[in-house]
Amino acid sequence: MANDIAIVGYAQSPSLRQAELTEPQFLFPVISEAIERAGVERREIGFTCAGSCDYLSGQTFAFVMNLEAVGAWPPISESHVEMDGAWALYEAWVRLQHGDIDTALVFGSGKSSPGLPAEIYPLQMDPYTLTPLGADPVSLAALQARAMLDAGKITEREMAETATRSRKNAIGNPYAQVTGDDDPETLLKEPYVTAPLRRHDLPPISDGACAVVLATADKAKALSKRPVWIRGIDHRIDIHQPGMRDLTESPSTRIAGKNAGVGKGKVDVAELSATFSYQEKLLSQELGLGDGVEINPSGGPLAANPVMAVGLARFAEAARQIAERGKKRAVAHATSGQCLQQNLVAVLEGD
Amino acid sequence: MSTQPAAVIGIGQTKHKKKRDDVSLPGLVREAAQRALDDAELNWTDIDAVVLGKAPDPFEGVMMPELSMADALGANGKPIMRVHTAGSVGGSTALVATHLVQTGVHDRVLTVAYEKQAEGNAQWGLAGGRSGGMGAGGIFAPWMRTYIRRSGAPEDIGWKVAVKDRQNACKNPYAHLHLPDISIEKVKESPMLWDPIHFLESCPSSDGAVAMVLTNEAGAKKAPRKPAWVLGTAMRSELGTFPGRDTVRPRAGVECAHMVYDAAGIKNPREQIDVAELYVPFSWYEPMWLEGHDIAGPGEGWRMVESGETEITGNFPVNASGGVLSSNPIGASGMLRFAEAALQVRGEAGEHQVADAHVGLAQAYGGSAQYFAMWVVGSTLDAVDKKK
Repeated sequence: MANDIAIVGYAQSPSLRQAELTEPQFLFPVISEAIERAGVERREIGFTCAGSCDYLSGQTFAFVMNLEAVGAWPPISESHVEMDGAWALYEAWVRLQHGDIDTALVFGSGKSSPGLPAEIYPLQMDPYTLTPLGADPVSLAALQARAMLDAGKITEREMAETATRSRKNAIGNPYAQVTGDDDPETLLKEPYVTAPLRRHDLPPISDGACAVVLATADKAKALSKRPVWIRGIDHRIDIHQPGMRDLTESPSTRIAGKNAGVGKGKVDVAELSATFSYQEKLLSQELGLGDGVEINPSGGPLAANPVMAVGLARFAEAARQIAERGKKRAVAHATSGQCLQQNLVAVLEGD
Repeated sequence: MSTQPAAVIGIGQTKHKKKRDDVSLPGLVREAAQRALDDAELNWTDIDAVVLGKAPDPFEGVMMPELSMADALGANGKPIMRVHTAGSVGGSTALVATHLVQTGVHDRVLTVAYEKQAEGNAQWGLAGGRSGGMGAGGIFAPWMRTYIRRSGAPEDIGWKVAVKDRQNACKNPYAHLHLPDISIEKVKESPMLWDPIHFLESCPSSDGAVAMVLTNEAGAKKAPRKPAWVLGTAMRSELGTFPGRDTVRPRAGVECAHMVYDAAGIKNPREQIDVAELYVPFSWYEPMWLEGHDIAGPGEGWRMVESGETEITGNFPVNASGGVLSSNPIGASGMLRFAEAALQVRGEAGEHQVADAHVGLAQAYGGSAQYFAMWVVGSTLDAVDKKK
């Protein structure tokens, strides 16, 4: 049985269409704020793990520069995943299970602005058969949305309602990039970008970062009046070829949710990496989230999509709901790949 | 501490070569992984999680390849993670897999590292792109010159390391370079790339993969062949550039070594370690790491090379496999060190087996010699104690 690890500090940068700063530059204040909120000294941190992706920077070993933002001197115990920061959090959670250290710093960061996502993301696909087709994330998401619509599992109006709620929720979120108070009818009058997806069904292109500080049980109780406990965490992947998957389902989300223990109690709030509007309903169903669950009170990825930090930001936002808004039990979710191929689910609880 | 022992019970690697044009990327990793499973006599369904490592994605032009290789790695419906810590990645990846077992999160973990450099352009990856850099040799050469000046080492030390590792590689069927005719003269006469590094003192560019199966004590007891017990793990990173950084003896490397020695209960590494696989992509890094990890005292590393101590028959054999100098699929190179050290203490290293190898050290480094990952493996859980 895994030990409970708690989130004791978190911080985010605003999500911007184009950050006029380098990644280490906008990471530095985020990391500093997360550490300060946790109430630990930088030197006390036993392990650091980062998530990012070289391809976004158009430069190999781009993540190496991010060590500058941590201040890795004297030397630190440190690792990096070429994934969303949520998986860096997972690696740190595993590392803390050893019990020989009591705190860990996790961060995720990404700049989408230097490149063209429609050109970069096809490189995630099988290089021999799919990448040459140039299928970009929006086209593949459109296929998944179409499958959902054809199966009667969602309507375009429901998709617009999700977008409307996200934008309204984001009005109170200082880190959000897309806010608005249009009603679904107005949004549905917009033309398609790639049918059946309209602009509001798509995430913004964002630059941004997120940092989270974790602590073992005794340390967390000493540091925080309201530690946010990670009661369960799991991640799974599905088959890659979109043609071999039933795109109206997400088995990896279902398994990860079950293993994380989502169904073991009442969920008050969920922060889901529903990067496209239709994914929110699909994920909610796979996680068994009922009507009473508040989803993406931050606005979610439709309001701010700092790639490689967007999943970790779900942890920060879910933790905020518990630490600052009095919620008891929350779900945080991260995804990777096209059409929700890989998914990570965690259950967070206050005392 | 709430951890339990972890052990390597399966090891597999591919034949490394300039261009593996007989397999795809998934085919390459599958080849290594299948061999590791066969060695452990396990099936794909026995594996609980996969940890994948490789160096930068632009080397092959595939972004986040764990996604497209999930099927080939038997990961569908399972957890898979992708580690990337520059050149040390193969080591770090093995350590993440080890930690999953030691903490009891999973019982049997498959870890795989690879690079298929012929699919892309590693030189562009290292020196091109927007960095416009000078490549690994260009970064490391001035530090090797500093080492030579500081230690007073004669210039033939680098040549000797190059000859030794290539001769060892001839005993390793998986090694990329098999150069039976190598000689001091040939290394010396080969073109100068980055002074003091001659062509034959530098690593090749290889396609290749390596895989290991790690499990807990109960799993190791059921394993068909001898396990290699993980006795200690360590990771350390420091900043790549700032005034006052000792690039010849990076503090992160010193601290990482002491961390892994302490974890394994090693007080005297030179005496208590039987075999070492160190990340030596350029010949001079062998004496530099012997000193940089306090295996040898200051100025003593090159003397160990000179006296033949680091030869396969010496009293501190280094890179009996032929090392990075003989096979360099970059993302896999670190894990190859970890796997070769495990092979040695299992007594499964074949023709390049070091006699009576019970305690093995493996090391990988990366970035501007700023990332370090190490483990110590033993033939038994008390292999170090027996040496006191």
